[in-house]
Amino acid sequence: MSKEMQEPVCSYNQIKKSTNVLFNVILFLLGAICVIPFIFVILISFTDEQSLVTYGYSFIPKKWSLDAYEYIISGGSTILKSYGITIFVTVVGTLLTLFLTGTYAYALSRRNYAYRKFFTKLAMVPMLFNGGLVASYMVMTQILHLKNSIWALILPLALGSYNIIILRTFFKTSVPDAVVESAKIDGASEWRLFLQVVIPMSLPGLATIGLFATLGYWNDWYQAMLYIDEPAKMPLQYLLMRLEKNIEFLNANKATLGVTGVEMANAMPKETIKMAIVVISTLPIIFAYPFFQRYFINGLTIGAVKE
Amino acid sequence: MKEKWKRLKANKELLLLSLPGAIWFLLFAYLPLPGVLLAFKRLTLSDGGFIKSFMESEWVGFDNFKFLFSSGDMWKVFRNTIGYNVIFIVLGIVLPIIIALMPNELRNKKMAKIYQSSMFLPYFLSWVVVSYCLYAFLNPERGLINMTLESLGKDGISWYSEKSYWPFILIFMSQWKGIGYNAVVYLASICGIDKTYYEAATLDGASKIQQMKYITIPLLKPVVIILFIMSVGRIFSADFGLFFQLPMDSGALYDVTNVLDTYIYRALTSLGEIGMSSAGALFQSVVGFIMIMTANKIVSKLDNESALF
Repeated sequence: MSKEMQEPVCSYNQIKKSTNVLFNVILFLLGAICVIPFIFVILISFTDEQSLVTYGYSFIPKKWSLDAYEYIISGGSTILKSYGITIFVTVVGTLLTLFLTGTYAYALSRRNYAYRKFFTKLAMVPMLFNGGLVASYMVMTQILHLKNSIWALILPLALGSYNIIILRTFFKTSVPDAVVESAKIDGASEWRLFLQVVIPMSLPGLATIGLFATLGYWNDWYQAMLYIDEPAKMPLQYLLMRLEKNIEFLNANKATLGVTGVEMANAMPKETIKMAIVVISTLPIIFAYPFFQRYFINGLTIGAVKE
Repeated sequence: MKEKWKRLKANKELLLLSLPGAIWFLLFAYLPLPGVLLAFKRLTLSDGGFIKSFMESEWVGFDNFKFLFSSGDMWKVFRNTIGYNVIFIVLGIVLPIIIALMPNELRNKKMAKIYQSSMFLPYFLSWVVVSYCLYAFLNPERGLINMTLESLGKDGISWYSEKSYWPFILIFMSQWKGIGYNAVVYLASICGIDKTYYEAATLDGASKIQQMKYITIPLLKPVVIILFIMSVGRIFSADFGLFFQLPMDSGALYDVTNVLDTYIYRALTSLGEIGMSSAGALFQSVVGFIMIMTANKIVSKLDNESALF
């Protein structure tokens, strides 16, 4: 089963040669449309600020430059700090997601678990009905007091019903009942069974959930937008979002900006640095792309299995 | 009682394993639920803390809803939310099937993989990053499109204040970002189809088009239906990033970019209208719930196998 999943291209019989050429052309164009905008941003980030102001954005910069990257390394302590926040949130968040999803989904995957129905319902109801933005916002800020806490970036995303379904299905299919039964007969506790039998057998499933979580945390700006005001706690994506506005509306909104916002915007090669931050914030994803792609396809395939 | 206790003891370990997750659900999914009552209150935060002011604040019945629906923006917000979603549902089902089927038929499998990987890339970019990619093209002074227009002797367009283009931009960008992901969902199901069907069909002399029509499409039906139910259930919710990040929150574009989610967010954060935004949020939750239940009911009547639950 898993071999087929990792082979997203499957073949039957062949199409006509002319159709083949036509399909190639169409798909090449579509592929190019999907990749080119990001390549364009990379090229802009390596353009000299002055030539950019004079000649505009171009695929072939009139003058190349590393100024933006130099600024980030030497003068961009806010940017590096944000990078740190993003890394921390992503690592801790992913581990927490794996812990919460793994334990919960494992319990649900066990057929002899007496409270399975109850806990399945507990996890599924939020998929159908939720309190909405305002209610969650009030709970997060007024009851849990997570405003401007880094945990506000981590906790709300740590568990999801969809991930639980995927992992539960994975546990069920990858760990045969017979294995569980024999381990129980050998006197293994549920803890040992979970840690020493189920987890090693389910690594691909856990990797899928882990990558879903990594991508979710790395790319998140929404939680930060709701709960983080202090520049020292802003993750990279949210910083990017703020820069976008600060620079664009700099003259109009100067009075409403914080001191750091104005200083930062004034001191840097404005146009190229934004693009350089976009590049460095996306680089890790590009490097991990082959893994992401493979495990996402796996995850989606598992998710499509209905019970 | 003794029976219950015994059962509890027998399930002690598994219960312990589900506890962390259950606590998370209680805190982040169930604790906000009473908060929907805010929609029927006029909340004034007093010194006694949130819960005290919540309890003490005045009940106003459906006033918040009246206020919400009498505001002139509301029908535009509805039109945008539902209009875009209907287009997204149709495109989100049709385009990815085509994109999923085409690479399958290519003779050169290596190229097929490269095409697929390229089309999957935008899914992995955050909306903030995507908004910068778009900005590189649409920047009024230096963007690629305006530079090209100017070099052709035409006037540039001030993209971020010219709303007539935005429906197309938003629809294009949503498909651009989502098509690879949606195609993979279908691809997984296409690969799961028993190959002997196609072999038998080929022996019987069925053309490629016929194979697609009589084998692939009918066998994809359950996946299409599940995706359809889920998107109908979400017809009153929009992808916040798409509508908030790409237009860069430009007020001149609100007429065509404001959807329920952005409306609720703005009502809460820039206007501080707790009552009105809770009313909007509750409305969204309730309608979403009704939509998904209805869609599922209809599907289970038509074809019980394909229903979601």
